[in-house]
Amino acid sequence: MSSVPSSPLAAPAAAAYDPDARLSALAWLRANLFSSVWQSLLTLAVAFVLIRFFWFVLDWGVVNAVFYTTDPDVCRAATGACWAVIAEKHRPMLFGLYPYDEHWRLVLMMAIYLGTVVLSLWPRCWNLRFLVPLWIVSSLSIGVLMFGGVLGLRYVPTSEWGGLPLTMLLFTGTVLIGMPVAVLLALGRRAPLPVARGVSVVFIEALRGVPLITILFVAVNVFPLFLPAGVEVNKLLRITVGIAIFFACYQAEVIRGGLQAIPRGQYEAAASLSLSYWQTTRRIILPQALRISLPAITNHIIAAMKNTSFVIIIGLFDILTATTAVMQDPLWRKFYIEAYLFVAAVYLFFGYALSLYARQVEKWIASGRI
Amino acid sequence: MTDANPGLRGKRPRRSPKDILYSESFRTAVYQIALAAAVALLGFYLYQNVVENLARQNIATGFGFLEQVSQFEIGETLIAYSARDTYGRALAVGLMNTLSVSAAGIVVATVIGFSVGIARVSSNWLLQRLATAYVEIVRNIPVILQVIFWAAVIRNLPAPRQAVELWGLGFLSNRGLTFAMPSAHAAHLWMLAALGAGIALAILASHKAKRHREATGRYIDMLWPCVGLIVGLPLLVWLGFGAPHEISFPERRGFNFAGGATISPEFVALMTGISLYSSGFIAEIVRAGIQATPRGQVEAARSIALRPRFILRYVVLPQALRVIVPPLTSQYVSLIKNSSIAVVIGYPDLVNIGNTVMNQTGQAVEAIAVMMLVYLIVSLATSLLMNLYNRLVAIKER
Amino acid sequence: MTQSAKPGPSADPVIRMSHVSKWYGHFQVLHDVSLDVRKGERVVVCGPSGSGKSTLIRCINRLEVHQSGQIFVKGLEMTDNVKNIDTIRRHIGMVFQNFNLFPHLTVLENLTLGPMLTRQMKKSAAEDLAMHFLRKVRIPEQSGKYPLQLSGGQQQRVAIARSLCMEPEIMLFDEPTSALDPEMIKEVLDTMIELAESGMTMIVVTHEMGFARTVADNVVFMADGRKVESGPPEEFFGNPREERTRAFLDQILKH
Ligand SMILES: Nc1ncnc2c1ncn2[C@@H]1O[C@H](COP(=O)(O)OP(=O)(O)O)[C@@H](O)[C@H]1O
Ligand SMILES: [Mg+2]
Repeated sequence: MSSVPSSPLAAPAAAAYDPDARLSALAWLRANLFSSVWQSLLTLAVAFVLIRFFWFVLDWGVVNAVFYTTDPDVCRAATGACWAVIAEKHRPMLFGLYPYDEHWRLVLMMAIYLGTVVLSLWPRCWNLRFLVPLWIVSSLSIGVLMFGGVLGLRYVPTSEWGGLPLTMLLFTGTVLIGMPVAVLLALGRRAPLPVARGVSVVFIEALRGVPLITILFVAVNVFPLFLPAGVEVNKLLRITVGIAIFFACYQAEVIRGGLQAIPRGQYEAAASLSLSYWQTTRRIILPQALRISLPAITNHIIAAMKNTSFVIIIGLFDILTATTAVMQDPLWRKFYIEAYLFVAAVYLFFGYALSLYARQVEKWIASGRI
Repeated sequence: MTDANPGLRGKRPRRSPKDILYSESFRTAVYQIALAAAVALLGFYLYQNVVENLARQNIATGFGFLEQVSQFEIGETLIAYSARDTYGRALAVGLMNTLSVSAAGIVVATVIGFSVGIARVSSNWLLQRLATAYVEIVRNIPVILQVIFWAAVIRNLPAPRQAVELWGLGFLSNRGLTFAMPSAHAAHLWMLAALGAGIALAILASHKAKRHREATGRYIDMLWPCVGLIVGLPLLVWLGFGAPHEISFPERRGFNFAGGATISPEFVALMTGISLYSSGFIAEIVRAGIQATPRGQVEAARSIALRPRFILRYVVLPQALRVIVPPLTSQYVSLIKNSSIAVVIGYPDLVNIGNTVMNQTGQAVEAIAVMMLVYLIVSLATSLLMNLYNRLVAIKER
Repeated sequence: MTQSAKPGPSADPVIRMSHVSKWYGHFQVLHDVSLDVRKGERVVVCGPSGSGKSTLIRCINRLEVHQSGQIFVKGLEMTDNVKNIDTIRRHIGMVFQNFNLFPHLTVLENLTLGPMLTRQMKKSAAEDLAMHFLRKVRIPEQSGKYPLQLSGGQQQRVAIARSLCMEPEIMLFDEPTSALDPEMIKEVLDTMIELAESGMTMIVVTHEMGFARTVADNVVFMADGRKVESGPPEEFFGNPREERTRAFLDQILKH
């Protein structure tokens, strides 16, 4: 361990590769699968189940599957999976109610979106002089693409937005709005002012105590009542803010955990340099607290992505709602398993990508790179 | 601080007005008053707008609607209910349904979660990998997708005529899960009472045994006596009633089943979805709990010749439970909250019925307030219990 | 280091504590302590653990709040006036027992943070200043590292440099060598001695009696929150007046 440069906030790393523990393949099998009679039986039983399962998957999903056809009867005749349903229905599943002829705009939008996100996650680009223009330009172009109404593009109201782009927008909006609110709530809960503490505690605990659905109901049914007559806020925006605030309450508790882990000496050292409350918070306390709570923060960000699917309840056409609607088609609805597996795969893919990235960030933190 | 504090009796330096303006306490007070005023003003403004909007839209206010006749039927009820009953009673039916599906979900999630959690730390590589894969998949697919998926699976099951038979004990069909049940008998109520009494007696007896051990140093093994009390008492009652052993087996009859008991497709789908989802999180909690007890602890316990059962009872479990119980309860609470997605598959839980009430009466504010309040009470009560538990644990630590 | 290098302190006090008392709840930590420190004076505070040494010096830059008596720094009274607190803290640097470096910032960033944020210095100027003081404490080559990659002695020297970057007129040290392994104590003490020779006003809480003998103009002995005795080192070590002082010195010098 000693040769590895130690790091600012790294947890003690797991034991590195140990040459003494190098085992031959046979020894490894003995140690990990057949260490005793009972272990061997267990291994065999699990292996049996697994082989049966993979055999079934292979048989159903590959050997007897129909990969492409436009005729549902071909699928019906087959004994395996009908992946053709995805080819046939991928456009309404991925793009929802968005006008069919304009789908290219969504493809372009997703390319811009993913490009922007990937660039922003790359430490070499962490420079406000690059990121701010990048986000302004890409938000503007995404806005133009999604809404249209300019440059000869047809206008598409938000009520017709849908599918994966909608999921992405909901998720991004949730994180972008939710994280700052979370930080403020966490700071409020540990503020020197009792009133700020009280307000934050009540807000956080009340929202964490109710299901997300009720908050979506508030966003849709109650929020318009809060506004003076004649003022309206777009439904999509209301819902995004609703999910974001819900997310923020959970995230605030995570960040508070990080704040509590900062030793008092850090505050005292900052005071002796006569830094102000906000300078101390921004330069000394938050950077450390966010790093400490990063694993839990990522968990909640991934949860936020999953939570965007709750909008099915209030009729937004995200990827899940769109798929459920598509599966009402009597010709194809027999193949719902394939369709839902596809949606699940999309969520698993993005969730996995996020957690891989988070692990990478933890490594960067441990190596002192950020 | 009170006047008794000698620290406050010291001479205060005299202050000029400018001094006060720059004083920390003055500024703190100003910030707080400003914040409180802002919150109050915002609240008042919103309240004002709500009142105006409701008046303009001719929407009634207040909770009077709870007394009105609901005029809608509910598919699944645990208490007597018809369309002539009130909205209040309809919401009560919904609450009962929420609680019943959550209770079943908690049991299933706990059983699966503990099994998978133990498998996660198994020394068997294959089993451990399998458990890990299960956890990763189940946790990372949105719970709503899982519930919708299971609902679709059940909807696409064969009709009762071609129902999947489960080892002669029941059927799985698009009507839900139908299974054999002992025919209703007066003995069952008494057996339940006997079970309660058995548990109470068992607790009492183990306390006595513990006292006895502490007083005399002699250990009485209470495991089997306790099992005997808990199982034996209901058994005795059952025998006392002449051992009624008639079991109602379901049979296919016409387009449906006769006999047995049936759980609705919506209940099965919702319960399966939310409990599988939670089981992944519970498995991780259990794994963390098991790993929280260092191996050295068990070795230390062995070195003082503790019997294996005592090692579990006095060394491993207390440490593991301290890590497991708090997150486990919050997982239970989140399962209860997740049950509110019932509305997507039409299971009549509290939120689903509340939604119907809201749409019929137009009183969104009150209907949503009722729903939120119920969940809030559940959550707050749980965290209260958790605080008590933590305090108890903390005391033991000294 | 010899005593001959000591420049004499001037006459006007930069710190005046008069009749300062402080309570934690009902427990009185400081009993009516008075202390004057003149410009350029080096004061060493010693005493048994828990006697209130840390509390005393932490009151001077208001990391702790005293409840009665008065503290003046450069003629400004320390009250809860935020402007005065800020001004006074800018005049005072503080070095802690466990360094309290900012672990997420490099050594250089630790040093430039204060000058840039509170003295509005330009980044380049702040970095020049930082490198100047890093050279003074003899670790300029560590500027790119993170604090936890340094040894304890190096960390404490960085902490000293960080305080110096604020170009304070007074430095407070709270047991700066207590958390260090014996072989690192000397490098920190040497740094402090050099600082003393440059004429810095210093209040040092320490058990390093050798340091007190060579550097101090005034040694203060505290016990149970009271200033029991104080005087120049020759007198203090050679002929302590109070029984408790003698007992303490016996114990500490025996080791
Ligand atoms: N935050 C606090 N609350 C209550 N008592 C404290 C606190 N800080 C210090 N004390 C008490 O005040 C006394 C003096 O502490 P301190 O000034 O740290 O002593 P020293 O630095 O001489 O060892 C000790 O008895 C200590 O227990
Ligand atoms: Mg101390």
